[in-house]
Amino acid sequence: MAAGATYVPIATQTLGSSASSVTFNSISQGFTDLVVVSSIKPSSSASGYGPSFQINGDTGSNYSYTLIYGNGSSAGSIRASSINYARYGSGGSTSTLEADVTHIMNYSNTTTYKTILARFSQPSADTGAFVNLWRNTAAITSLTFYGNDGGSIAAGSTFTLYGISAA
Amino acid sequence: MPILGVIDSGKSGHLVTNNYSSIATVTLASTGTITFSSIPNTYTHLQIRGITSLSNWVQIGLNGTTGGSYTYHELRGNGSSASASSSINVEGLMALGAGTTGYTAFVTDLLDYANVNKYKTVRTLYGSDQNGSGNVGFTSNLYQSTSAINSITFYQNSYASLPVGTTIALYGIK
Repeated sequence: MAAGATYVPIATQTLGSSASSVTFNSISQGFTDLVVVSSIKPSSSASGYGPSFQINGDTGSNYSYTLIYGNGSSAGSIRASSINYARYGSGGSTSTLEADVTHIMNYSNTTTYKTILARFSQPSADTGAFVNLWRNTAAITSLTFYGNDGGSIAAGSTFTLYGISAA
Repeated sequence: MPILGVIDSGKSGHLVTNNYSSIATVTLASTGTITFSSIPNTYTHLQIRGITSLSNWVQIGLNGTTGGSYTYHELRGNGSSASASSSINVEGLMALGAGTTGYTAFVTDLLDYANVNKYKTVRTLYGSDQNGSGNVGFTSNLYQSTSAINSITFYQNSYASLPVGTTIALYGIK
């Protein structure tokens, strides 16, 4: 079996001050999967939902997710359908950074909807995972990340985008 | 929502190391199983990344071993509740598909696969959302053999075929 080196860092953004969002734009189509590793805290507490992201600037109700979580005393699972964002993080603390890893599978495929796995760990609140579905067959060329309720992300948060190429 | 940071990620020239390498990929053009054989033992861990439209369990078999050589633990959320289960001396169930609207995705780590002094642990994050149904969860499988892993086969549960379009990629981690 031939092996080729991959898992390429594409871009990194570290927030020196609070930002309304973080965007990776003009994403190369030369990989198979994308991985976003983020260390984040939202600027404000959630009144509705936690950290979210949108794909290709799509603000339509074309997203859905299933979540499993544990908060130290119980485990649960919830779902949201036909909403206008996908999820990647807990958002359970505005003072402690959470670690999130988001896997965007087969992102350049133009014949299937996109499935995105996201694993989050917020040491002050909870841990768990999302599976997101974006009901669109377009190749993914941009990703925009938000804090709680579609709001801002606090200073000190970092996002790194990686590309993985299959043989 | 305004966009603050816009990064051109289409640039080239990034350092690529050999610490994470693509070994092989298979996409099924017809129904069948997928086998990676003659896996080199030059890595420390293996990672498997896959998608499938299967509405059933994806099952893993190591070194051609079939039957109840695996133990299994699972934590699963179905959108309304979380559940956990386990079993011993069973097949290697690793990811549960939920439908064909959205593909099931899984990321599996096969840790210390070339070590000949211990049983092997396989852990998986998987999920399948269908906009109104679906599952997300974690599984761990213990392969009760000290042999180095040199082949991996993927099936539908009970050694059945996987659907067309199933894609599974194997990576080595130094």
